[in-house]
Order: sequence, then C-alpha cells, then structure tokens
Amino acid sequence: MSSSPEQPPGILFCNCTYAQIIDPAVKAAVLRQLCDSGQSFEAVADLCEMSARKDPALKRLTAGDSVKIAACYPRAVKWLFASAGAPLNVACTEVLNMRELAAQPVVDRLLAADLVPNLPPGKATPASPNATFPTPPASS
Amino acid sequence: MPLRDQTYLRVVLYEAADAEPLDGEQRFQAMSRLLGQGFALTRVGVAGRTAPADDVPALVLGRFRNGVEKITAEATTDRVRFTNISGFTDEQIVGAVETTRVEQKAVQHGGWKPWFPVIDYDRCTNCMQCLSFCLFGVYGADSAGSIQVQNQDNCKTNCPACSRVCPEAAIMFPKYKAGPINGAEVKEEDLQREKMKVDISALLGGDIYSMLRMRSERAQSRFSKERDADKALNERQKCLTKLAAMGDIPPEVLMSLPSPEEIQKRAIEAKAKAEAALAAQRV
Repeated sequence: MSSSPEQPPGILFCNCTYAQIIDPAVKAAVLRQLCDSGQSFEAVADLCEMSARKDPALKRLTAGDSVKIAACYPRAVKWLFASAGAPLNVACTEVLNMRELAAQPVVDRLLAADLVPNLPPGKATPASPNATFPTPPASS
Repeated sequence: MPLRDQTYLRVVLYEAADAEPLDGEQRFQAMSRLLGQGFALTRVGVAGRTAPADDVPALVLGRFRNGVEKITAEATTDRVRFTNISGFTDEQIVGAVETTRVEQKAVQHGGWKPWFPVIDYDRCTNCMQCLSFCLFGVYGADSAGSIQVQNQDNCKTNCPACSRVCPEAAIMFPKYKAGPINGAEVKEEDLQREKMKVDISALLGGDIYSMLRMRSERAQSRFSKERDADKALNERQKCLTKLAAMGDIPPEVLMSLPSPEEIQKRAIEAKAKAEAALAAQRV
C-alpha cells in the first residue's frame, strides 16, 4: 500500500548517537548515500534524547505532508514522537528500521518518490484515547 | 538544568543555489562528526525539502559563491549566523560549529544516555502497575488519572525492570537489546513470556522489591544473632544477583537501592499515587 504525495516526502535520519544498537556500518552507509544523493534532508543525533526533553524541533522535523524516517522500530518511533507532544500522522509516515534492515533497502525507500505508511494504527496521542488517524489510503 | 529547558544549536549545511557543494567525503565526514557530537543538522541540497525555520539558534555553513558578507548583511540575525566554509577542512568545520555553540550558550551534548520508558498507549490499559513498581518517581499520572512518564531523568540507565512488570508489554525502552521491549512488534509468545515473568515475580514475594525487603529482614534477624556483617553483605549480594538475573536489572542499579526501610517507604508512596490515579479514572 503506497501513496505518491504532491510534495516529496521529507527525510529524517536518526544517528542513534548515544547507544550502540544500530550497526555502525548500516548507519554510515545510509548517511553516506543520503549525502551523495543531492537531496535535502534532516539529520539528528538521537531521537530518544530529543523526545526525552520534548524538543519542539520534533514538530518542525515532521512538518509537511509526509515524512520518511530512518531510525529504529516504527512502534518505538511513533510513541517517542507522541510522548514529546509531536504525534506523527499515521497515514503519512514511513519508518525505515535500521536495526533490522540492511543499508541499501533503507536508502532505496528514503529516496523513492512514493511513501508506504507503516506506523502501527491506533491511538494518535496518549491524551486522546479515542482519537485515531484515518487508515492509510488504498494502494495507488 | 532540566533537559527540556536547555538551548540547542541547529546547524544548516547549505549546498543549493549560490553555493558550491562540498566534496562527498568531506561532507560525510563533517556530518558524521557533528552528529557524533550531538548536533542536529539540516542539509540543504539541490532537491527535496527541509523542515521550516524555528526560533532556535542556527548556524548556516556553506561555500557561498557571492561571499558570506553579502548574505550575512541580508540575513543574519541574533539567532542566525552564516559562516563561509570555503577552504575549510572537516576539522575546521566542526571547530566553527563548536565555537558558535559556546557563543550561543547552547548545551554541550552527550552528557546523558537517553534511557527512559516509552509507553505504547495502543497497548497500555492504565493499570498503574508501572507506577506502583518504580521506586524512582519516573512515572506519574495526569489530572485525568492517565499514566505518564514524567521524570525521564530519574530512570536508571539500562534498567528495563518496569517493562517486565507490565502485563501488556506496553513499556518500551527503544535502546534495549531485544524485542518487544525495544519496540519490536509484540507477538503472542512475547505476551505469554512477559506474563510468566510477572507470575514468577509474584510467586517470589509479590514483587521484586518486597522480595528484597523480605530477604533483607530475614537476614537482619539472623545476623542480629550471629553479629556477622560479612555474612549480611554476602546475603545481600546473593539476593541482588538473583534479582538481577530474574529481571535483567543491572547489578549497579540494585546495589544503589536505598535501605529496606526507604524502599518500603517509597513503595508505599508509589502505591498511593497509583491508587489515587486509579480513583481519578473512576470519577
């Protein structure tokens, strides 16, 4: 199930700087190919650290129609953003898990024009137990 | 200063119109080093889009064709600075960023490993077991009685113990080594395993803190007769080792626990908070 947003999706790369949980070779290869691509992108040292201090930049980083995030598990990323008061739009967010995927599939998806939403559906924020985002659009 | 009140510096690497791109290796090395030092970066390339500006201090780096003076005159504010990095090595680029960080009184990064629980509210049933369990005041409840992580800084690095007592596997530590605590999808067998751990903990004395307390009290009684401080210490260490293995709790966390009396006091306080939150939910 994928969609082609009118604007190109934003790209956000998390370096997970403060822990050794992502293969350094994968992180480096993804960052190097992003650098070489000519694409604009955002890179942060550590999304966990930003979430812990409820960094307002988390809202800015995901502003716009759609975003692709190279980080870790989609479930963790969804609630890291939500707990910082910057909930992600389930229908417009694709998370590439560098803990599980090799570098090339991550880069291929980051640079692809289409977006495949993959956040767990369900509640939007902790404070709105009944609020849910619409389910992702049907495959185009 | 609490984490949320600290000022950060945004670094922008500008490589679009009116700027020469860096060579590939230098760009990668500079970005890697800055990320490693905790900076957030925006790379402005020839395609794609970036996040909008905000009011944090920003440093814009570029090999500006028109000279940095013209751009600086037009765009520099107290919060946004431009630096022409033509001829800079990647080491000099990192140095320029660090100098600006100091001048802007932005925080130095890397002083804290971001280890704290993240609640999956799609799974959480608001049972308050985590609030009752944690002795360090990490959890709290909002005015509606909903569980929240309120004091991330209080969490003990590498300790995932509260996630072990969650019956729904709703507590994640994204930097943990294994699923589902690291955020991996929760499978039925994970749920069974997590429930089993809680049951074992209950069988051993209600929870690990009461287990620790009981064993400590037994030991105190025995040692008061034997008057052997070394034996008391050995007993405590044996108990801590067993607890560490059971809950994957770092020994240093258990060794830093307060006295049994203080544990009991904190446990009572945490339980009272949990009960108050549950009562608020019922109103």
